[in-house]
Amino acid sequence: MTTLTAATRTKVLQRQGAAVALILMVTVSWLVFPRFGSLDNLRDLALQGSFLAVIALGMTFVIITGGIDLSVGSLYALGGVLAAWGSQYGFLAALTLPLAVCGAIGLINGLLIARTNMAPFIVTLASLLFARGLLLAITDEGATTYQIAPDSAFVELGRGTVFGFGYPIFIAAALCALGGVVLNRTNFGQNVFATGGAEQSAVLMGVPVARTKIGVYTASGTLAGLAGALTAAYLQSGVTVIGVGTELDAISVVVIGGTLLTGGMGTVLGTVIGVGLIKVIQNVINQIGTLDSNYQSVVSGVFLLIVVVLQRMLRR
Amino acid sequence: MTLTATRTRWLQDNGVYVAVGVLLLFNALFTANFLTLGNFTTQLVQAAPVLIVALGMALVIGTEGVDLSVGAVMALAAAVIPLYLGAGPLPAILMALVAGLAVGAFNGFLVARVGIQPIVATLALLVGGRGLALVIANGQLVQLHDPAFLALGTDDVLGIPISVLIAGLLALMVAALTNRTTFGRQLVAIGGNRRAATLAGLPVTGVLVGVYTICGVLAAISGVLATSRLAASDPADMGLLMELSAITAVVVGGTPLTGGKVRVLGTVMGVVLMQLVRATLIKHDLPDSIAQMIQAAIIIAAVYVARERR
Repeated sequence: MTTLTAATRTKVLQRQGAAVALILMVTVSWLVFPRFGSLDNLRDLALQGSFLAVIALGMTFVIITGGIDLSVGSLYALGGVLAAWGSQYGFLAALTLPLAVCGAIGLINGLLIARTNMAPFIVTLASLLFARGLLLAITDEGATTYQIAPDSAFVELGRGTVFGFGYPIFIAAALCALGGVVLNRTNFGQNVFATGGAEQSAVLMGVPVARTKIGVYTASGTLAGLAGALTAAYLQSGVTVIGVGTELDAISVVVIGGTLLTGGMGTVLGTVIGVGLIKVIQNVINQIGTLDSNYQSVVSGVFLLIVVVLQRMLRR
Repeated sequence: MTLTATRTRWLQDNGVYVAVGVLLLFNALFTANFLTLGNFTTQLVQAAPVLIVALGMALVIGTEGVDLSVGAVMALAAAVIPLYLGAGPLPAILMALVAGLAVGAFNGFLVARVGIQPIVATLALLVGGRGLALVIANGQLVQLHDPAFLALGTDDVLGIPISVLIAGLLALMVAALTNRTTFGRQLVAIGGNRRAATLAGLPVTGVLVGVYTICGVLAAISGVLATSRLAASDPADMGLLMELSAITAVVVGGTPLTGGKVRVLGTVMGVVLMQLVRATLIKHDLPDSIAQMIQAAIIIAAVYVARERR
C-alpha cells in the first residue's frame, strides 16, 4: 500500500510539476517586476502564447501516439503566407486555403507514416523542407511579402479584441478545451493513447492504429496552418521568415507539460501550462531589460533539461 | 529468396552509390564546366563540414540515438575561437574542441546515465547551446585576421584543400573505429539491442558517453573549419539546421534510424549525393524553392527503399 501511495505521489508530482513551476514563476515575477502584473502585459503574454498553443496542441496528439512532427514550423510559415495571399479573395479564402493546404501536407505525413512504416522523424523532416520550398515558390523565393488589407474582416480575426484580449486567445482556448475533450472523452482519444502505449497490442486488439496516426498528423498540420493564418492576420502580412525552429519550441512545451516522448501518456492542460511557462520566462527576461535577449534560449534550454531530468528521476 | 527480394535488398544496400553514379553521369553530359578540377574542389570544400558532422551523427544513430545539438556545438566552437585567438591559433582551436567535447560528454551522460531519450536530451542543448554561443559572442559577428588560423580554410596540400584532407582522414578513422575495434563492435551491439548488450556485460554507459563525445568533438572540428573558411566567427548562423543535413546524409547513406548498423562509406556517399543534388540544381538555375522540394522527395525515396518491412 505504501508503494502505491508513493507511486501516486510521484505521478502527481510529474503531472503537476509544470503547474507548480508556473505558479511559482508567476508569483515571483508579479512581486519582483511591477510591470509584469499589468493588464497590458498579461494580454500581450496570452496573445503571444496563443499561436504557440495552437501548434503545440496538435503536437501533443502526435507525441502521445509515439510520433513526432518536425514539419509544423514550416507549415506555420506556409499557412501565414497562404492566408495573406488568399485574403485578396475574401475572408473565407484567407482562412480555408492555409487549413486545406497544411492539412493536406499533414495528411500525406500521416499516410506515409502509417502505411509505409517510415520513421515519423524522417517523413516530417522531409515535409519541413518541402513546405519551406513551397513557401519560397509562391513568394518569388521569399522576395514577396503579401499584405492583408488593414480594413478586411480577416485582420479583425487576428487583431480584434474582447475586453482587450485578442481573438486568437479565445480561439486557442476553445481549441485546447476541445482537444482535451477529444483526447479524454472520445474513442479517437482512447485510440491515440492505445497507439502510443503499446502499438503491437493496440493492433491486435483491433484499434485502428493506421487511421489514428493519419488523424493526428492531419490535425497537427491543419492546426499549424491555422496558427500561421492567425499570425498573418495579427501581423497584417504573410511574413516568410517566421517559423524556423518553431517545431522545437512546440516539442519543448509539450515535453515540459509532462507528455512523454515515448508516447502513451500526456495531457492538453500540461501543454497549455508548458506554453505559459516558456512565455513567462521570455517575458521576464524582456522585463529585466539589461539582460541579453539571447539568455532566453539559454534559460529555456536549461529549463527543458531540468524538467526532463526530474521526470526521469520521478519515474524510477 | 525470390528474385525481387534479392533485387530490393541490393537496392537497399547500394542505392546511394547508384544515385551518385547517375548524378555524376548526368552532370558530365549536360552541365557545362562540370568536369573541371576547380569545380570538384569547390564541391568537396562545401561538403567537408557536413561530412565531418555526419560521421559523428552516423555513430550516434548506430546506437539508436540522435544528436540534435551538433549545429549548436558548431556555433559554440565559432564563438569560443575569437576569445582565445589572441593566444595563437592552436589554443583557440583546442578550446573550441574542448567545448565540443564538454557538450558531447554531457549529452552522453544525460542519455546513458540519467536515461533521457536522446532526442530530448540533445534538443535541450540545441536550444540552450546556440543561446550560450550568442551570449559568449555578445550576439556579434567577429571578423578574424589571424593568418595562421585563416590558412586552415584557404590553403591546400598537393592541391587538396586542408579541410577536405581533414574530412577524408576523419572518415578513414571513423571507418576503422567502427569496423576494426572492440568499441565499434560494442557500439553496434548496443544499437541493435541495448538490453541484450547490457545483459552480455558490455560497458553500455561508457560506450554511449564515448559515442556522444566523439560526435561533439567532430561537430566542433567542423565548426572550426567552417569558421576559418568564413574568416569570421558567426554564432548566429554557424551550423544552422546542420543537424537536419547530417541526419539526412546518414539516413540516405543507408544507416537505419533504428540503430544496430553504421555505414561509414554510405554516409560519405550520402553527403556527396546531397551536395551533388544541390550543385546540379544550382548549376541548372533551378531556384531554391524547387531545390528544397526535390531534396524532400529524395529523402522520402531513399528512406522508402531502405525501410524495414513489418
